Amino acid sequence: MEIIWEPFVSVLGLTVVFSPAVLFALLCGVSLVGAPLSERTIARSIQLAVSVGFVAALGLLLSMLATGLHELSLELGDWVAIPDQHFHFHLKFVFDRLSVPFVILVYGLCGIVGAFTTRYLHREPGFGRFFVLYSVFLMGMVFSSLAGTIEALFFGWELVGLSSALLVGYFHERANPVRNGQRVWSVYRIADAAFLVAAILVHHLTGSGDFSVLMGDGLWPAGSVALSEKHALLVGLLLLAAAAGKSALVPFSGWLPRAMEGPTPSSAVFYGALSVHLGVFLLLRVGGLIERSIVLMVVVSALGLVTAVYAMLAGRVQSDIKSALAFASLTQVGIIVFEIGVGLRFLPLVHIIGHACLRTLQLLRAPTLLHDFHWMENAVGGHLTSEISVWHRWIPKWTRLWLYRFSLERGFFDELLDEYVVRPVIRLFRWSNRMEERWTRWLSMESTSSKPPRPASESSLEDYAK
Amino acid sequence: MMELHLPWLELAILIPILGALWIGRIREAKLVRRQTLFVCAITLGLAIGEWIDFGTLHTFEAHDHWDLVHRVTTVDILVVDELSAPLLPLTALVFLMTVLSTLPSKAGRFPFRSALILLGMCMAILSCREPWVIVSLVSLMCVPVAANIRERKRSSTVFYLHMGMMSALLGGGQLVLSLPGVEGNVRLGGVLLLTFGCLVRSGIVPVHCWLTDMFEKASMGISLLFVSPMIGAYLTMRLVYPVAPSWLLKVIAGVSLVTAIYAGGMALVQVHSRRFFCCLFLGFSSLVLVGIELATPIGLTGALCIWLSVGLSLAGFGLSLRSLEARTGRLSLRDYHGLYEHTPKLAALFLLTGLASIGFPGTIGFIGTELLVEGAVTFFPAVGIAVVTAAALNGIAILSVYFKVFTGTVHQTTVDLRSQPPERIALLVLAVLIIGGGIVPQPGVASRYHAARALLTQRERMLATDGESSPSIPALHGQITEKAGRMK
Repeated sequence: MEIIWEPFVSVLGLTVVFSPAVLFALLCGVSLVGAPLSERTIARSIQLAVSVGFVAALGLLLSMLATGLHELSLELGDWVAIPDQHFHFHLKFVFDRLSVPFVILVYGLCGIVGAFTTRYLHREPGFGRFFVLYSVFLMGMVFSSLAGTIEALFFGWELVGLSSALLVGYFHERANPVRNGQRVWSVYRIADAAFLVAAILVHHLTGSGDFSVLMGDGLWPAGSVALSEKHALLVGLLLLAAAAGKSALVPFSGWLPRAMEGPTPSSAVFYGALSVHLGVFLLLRVGGLIERSIVLMVVVSALGLVTAVYAMLAGRVQSDIKSALAFASLTQVGIIVFEIGVGLRFLPLVHIIGHACLRTLQLLRAPTLLHDFHWMENAVGGHLTSEISVWHRWIPKWTRLWLYRFSLERGFFDELLDEYVVRPVIRLFRWSNRMEERWTRWLSMESTSSKPPRPASESSLEDYAK
Repeated sequence: MMELHLPWLELAILIPILGALWIGRIREAKLVRRQTLFVCAITLGLAIGEWIDFGTLHTFEAHDHWDLVHRVTTVDILVVDELSAPLLPLTALVFLMTVLSTLPSKAGRFPFRSALILLGMCMAILSCREPWVIVSLVSLMCVPVAANIRERKRSSTVFYLHMGMMSALLGGGQLVLSLPGVEGNVRLGGVLLLTFGCLVRSGIVPVHCWLTDMFEKASMGISLLFVSPMIGAYLTMRLVYPVAPSWLLKVIAGVSLVTAIYAGGMALVQVHSRRFFCCLFLGFSSLVLVGIELATPIGLTGALCIWLSVGLSLAGFGLSLRSLEARTGRLSLRDYHGLYEHTPKLAALFLLTGLASIGFPGTIGFIGTELLVEGAVTFFPAVGIAVVTAAALNGIAILSVYFKVFTGTVHQTTVDLRSQPPERIALLVLAVLIIGGGIVPQPGVASRYHAARALLTQRERMLATDGESSPSIPALHGQITEKAGRMK
């Protein structure tokens, strides 16, 4: 392992990167061997791992500030290498003005939510499961934030995607959370595929899989990419699709309110604060590539604006507090994307950090806020009234009704995707499946109507119990 | 050619066959299970011994110590090389884990004898490079499966038709190639026959229906043992790869790619767990073929890595599915089953093995998939995009099935459905290998890269001599020597 930085800083960097991995190994390992930890041990492990990671990240920030350095590279050498073929799976983590604040945010919010959850889910049957997934999520977020190579970023993205989908389906004894978890996973997989295709394209165009091709040479936020404008547009559009999936931008916004089916702590940290910003973080990271093409800048800005307006409208008609907060998050995410599209860099970063902190607070407060709200209504003796908006006077009724329907149906985006993308594909494969079954039956000369007898060897334990 | 220090190969073939004869005399089912377990464990030990011994020789290929077969036939039939060296222990491990995870309550109904015969045949096929012997053994290997289908009073017509077609094509192709002085179009015809035979055995669309039919009609365990060594890919490597022209390899890569995407899509719409598993297997075995036919060092290395990773992960996935079937019967994917609360460990291993098969980060399949995509991009970017699409479809399908089987409802039952220690051991061993191979991938990749280079060199030599004669694969024994420094 080759470490090119001073030992102290390297140790701090390694601690930041691997602290969640140790936590995951502990929680997952003991679950697999059948020796579950007590709630107290899990809580202490979480506190220890997150505190160590957080302090190390702060230490790293202070070291960088003290030495006036803007970027540190933590080279862990080649995970896999085939030198003859110039294939290197390089493990490199970058600590710079973008990743360090983001990773501190990740540790900070995850620590707060971890502490909140140990009480919120006390004596819940899925307590251990939640924290195994929490550790996977934390690891994924840290890897994604600090990734210095495309592969490391992809590694982190996948971990975030899996843990998010399973956490949405946390209350898995009901079908609805599970369906929503599947929806989140499907969108994430499409986003991951778009990201991988972008990486393939970059590799094909430049012959290199290094992240610097996307990020640009030089310190963030400066740096220019070595792609032509046309190629930058193509790669950028794919990355925008990946970011749209991850950050629930239009037309993939449908998964965000669905993701609120999970427990409040996971909604808070994952979809309200961190996970939803991951796509935006990617766009911020590849800002140099976006600036390479004016068309791309326009598209990014437009998508951000459309998402913000849509989320603002949809958020106004939500009847539950978590969905309303989800759309409020999305409004801000849309604005952040717009900011990135118009070429701003530090403002979106500050916006992300501020928004994530505020939204975590709101989401964690949401259950008790409802309680307080009901208490207040009881005290007043009726429902609290709200004033009619000024828009009510200016917008014609038919437009208001249309907007209401549009917002209530969440822009029809899910229906459109289902109708024009998902269903045709599913119909095609179902048809193929039917044809296959017919063909096999015809070859077997088996009747299509009579069901073949089930062999005795297939009787199960439950059959015996009947 | 170098020689192993002990007759590992002959023993690894002989012991399961003798074991099958031995357990035929025993009536008590649980004793049969124990004895089969013992035989499989010895075979695995021998296969691991062969792998380690071969590793110490630092050569591309080696034949058995006191090679009795060679003395009798004067042909080097039993030869292990860098391709087959890790496949032997992998196959023996999958057989051992399958037997181990067979519940004692099911011992009376699992065909242990057929399993041992299949194990012996698989060991023989993977240790053999003589085309005629491979073709004969691959054809014979179908008999225990067909017998199992007949025992269950189901029609074996589809299986017979496809396997008969495969045997005829392979036999015909090999016959043409072995005729003296065959050249030009006649020779190409022979290669095409061999190729079609291999594609049938690999289950490439549209000749894949036998796979779903077999999984529906034969026992899950036997079906799993029949497909998990990926004999179709092995046949392609041994029979087609050294003699096929480049355009034919591209055609095979193309149809394999179509199959991978088709199988990924079909996995999404399956409503029966076995058919789902079958589609998944088909998709991944096709991806292995794609990598093989790319004929580039990186692509081939990726394919060989995926071969091992998919062998392990899908065997684990199939075994966890089989363990679930042993509890609840065949699972319909139309409804939610909510089995998580009863079998949390099986759920975790089901998910782990499923994700490993799609090359999820941190598992053994990740680097293999990366290499395959890398190789595909060099070959043609669209192939890389297609591989990514297939992996995305499979990923969606795997989590969907996980949710259907383990969540979505509260499963009411009066019996204890928790996994038993032997099942847990079997799946944990596979899990450790899957995660271990994912965390420390370099040794495996280095070994597969070395094998890929040697195979490509072998192919180049074969094609170079193509115009003069049509040499059999054993004719090249001894020609392939170490040229490049080992990466180990």
